[in-house]
Amino acid sequence: MEAELIPQGLQRTSFRNFCLWQLPWLALLTFGGLGALLCLGLGLNQTAMNDYFAFGVWIVFDLSVIALGAGAFFTGFLTYIVGKKELKSIINLAVIIGFICYSGAIAMLGVDIGQPLRGWFIFWHANVHSMLTEVSFCITCYLMVLTIEFLPNILEQRQLNKVPEFHFFAHNLHEIMFLFAAAGTFLSFFHQGSLGGMFGVLYARPFAARAMFSIWPTTFPLFILSAIASGPCFTLIIVWLLEKIGRKKLVKTEAKQLLAKIAGILLAVYVAAKLVDTYFWVTGPASDAGFNLGDFYRAGPYGAWTLFLELGFLGVVPAVLLNIPAVRKAEGALILACFLNCAGIVMNRFVMTVVTLAIPVMPFEKFLGYLPTWQEWAIALAIIGYGGLVISLAYRYLPVFPHERELNG
Amino acid sequence: MSSLGPTTGIKYGMVIDLDKCTGCGTCSVACLTENNVYVLEDESDKVRSITWLRVYRINNGQPYPQTKVAYIPRPCMQCDNHPPCVSVCPPTATTKDEIGGIVSQIPTRCIGCRYCVAACPYHARYFNWFDPWPLYKKHIKQMTNAFNPDVAPRMRGVVEKCTFCHHRLMAAKERTYAEGLKEIPEEYYQTACTQACPAGAITFGDLNNPKHKVHRLLAEREKDAFRLLEKLGTEPKVYYLTTQKWIREKADNYLDVPKGTGD
Repeated sequence: MEAELIPQGLQRTSFRNFCLWQLPWLALLTFGGLGALLCLGLGLNQTAMNDYFAFGVWIVFDLSVIALGAGAFFTGFLTYIVGKKELKSIINLAVIIGFICYSGAIAMLGVDIGQPLRGWFIFWHANVHSMLTEVSFCITCYLMVLTIEFLPNILEQRQLNKVPEFHFFAHNLHEIMFLFAAAGTFLSFFHQGSLGGMFGVLYARPFAARAMFSIWPTTFPLFILSAIASGPCFTLIIVWLLEKIGRKKLVKTEAKQLLAKIAGILLAVYVAAKLVDTYFWVTGPASDAGFNLGDFYRAGPYGAWTLFLELGFLGVVPAVLLNIPAVRKAEGALILACFLNCAGIVMNRFVMTVVTLAIPVMPFEKFLGYLPTWQEWAIALAIIGYGGLVISLAYRYLPVFPHERELNG
Repeated sequence: MSSLGPTTGIKYGMVIDLDKCTGCGTCSVACLTENNVYVLEDESDKVRSITWLRVYRINNGQPYPQTKVAYIPRPCMQCDNHPPCVSVCPPTATTKDEIGGIVSQIPTRCIGCRYCVAACPYHARYFNWFDPWPLYKKHIKQMTNAFNPDVAPRMRGVVEKCTFCHHRLMAAKERTYAEGLKEIPEEYYQTACTQACPAGAITFGDLNNPKHKVHRLLAEREKDAFRLLEKLGTEPKVYYLTTQKWIREKADNYLDVPKGTGD
């Protein structure tokens, strides 16, 4: 009976094995649910956040997964707008990853705000000057777009697709998908940028403040660039994991190579821009506020190593690696470069969020450190459980990879 | 949203004479009593305790016997130029009043995202990490008598801050109107901390009104006056006075002056 749900002609493990495979993901989700219950029931005193660390690991995870989920809109843009048809091999997975990342981030934000029941106030009493308002609007709209983009894939499920209405609806959605890809690109550019803008506009926090171009700080384009440089690499890592675990080929090599090449070019541009931005930040807003570069790292747990790690080992190194054709062609090296790229972007989000808050602005304040509680980790890790669960379900029951049959002939 | 630029007309501000401040903390206590500020079960948790007016102790970094100590009472700076907290608030729960320039907070509209807390370099904004109700319930009889009926207590999960005792401004306006006066007399609107300071170190009033003491103090002691983190351009409406250079140097960051790590 259950076998009838699996896409025709595809080999999947037994139902028993599948259930066992889902258990760790469910455990992570349950663990996260427990943490969420405590935070919603007893309040955010369950976390290690305080009036100095107003943001913590959840915002780091939110910013990171939203950047890593950028593979969805960017692959959609390349496939439907630029016309890179070879990426159809990977677009479904990119959309699913994006859907997981965005819905997970929104769920996490629901726990993160002190008054979740008032979340709708952002829309009702919207302050149009706030970067966070723009982020909220764009993320919410983009999640709707992602749901629409995910829908045809769900309707193509073997049994659902037998219903003529679903079949034709999915077909028609495919026909107009370029419209949603364009809407997704527009929305994503703004919210990825606004997420960076959120920190760049903090003109009274010299570690985060950046020079402004009109109403946008330099972190605005940098966050867009870093997201479109790392998102495709994250998609490649997930494909690699699925291929290794499933022991079969799922995506055409040319699709992977194209994504890696584009990500490499974008990462190189991003790292170069980030280095220039760092120079102008140190000599501009930071200096104007009375800070030398060393002042930011003179004490506390987050030293200058964070700067070198982010820009050097997790920035320049993957940018160079991804631009070497031989590296891109060697699977292990490619995945290593992708991993370093993604880790660099997570590091960037950590630095912008946590390190910004750890550095005192008033000269008589102290440097502080922050160590999340288990409740915070549980909720943050739940997104991995949620991702594992949804991807596994999609891989088993939906025709995620259109070329799987052909590649495993 | 009100204008975020410099306030014209009435501009409420504060002048604190640090040479008079003894660091006794009466201002802080008066503030929390006046504004129904919640007291934590564990007040040693200093990164979560709510002190709208916090008194910082600073020293000159010199070894004994050259050591000098001073106290800096820090209410909300009521930034006059584009307050960092106002423009970032997504549901417009904090605004800068067009008349008076007070940066207000609307706890019932706050969603608790804490973006304003992150934006404020003075750490003048506080989040309610705990639910005040269990404590209120436990001591309901005593607390009912202790509460100020003019100020609503805040709930868990929202941000709060010094409002220059905004409820007193409302009362002063009503009294001024009832008495048929054209402008609020200086003595009708004074903050709780100003009235409580035993050393008379805190002065409050309209910075733009030559009849008010704050205006005269700043004019007379212009060379002793400074504000916290002036380089950022937030234009605080809280001024400090001191004749001691080392205290003024501690109030901002300078590229050529080594920074301390707190006292």
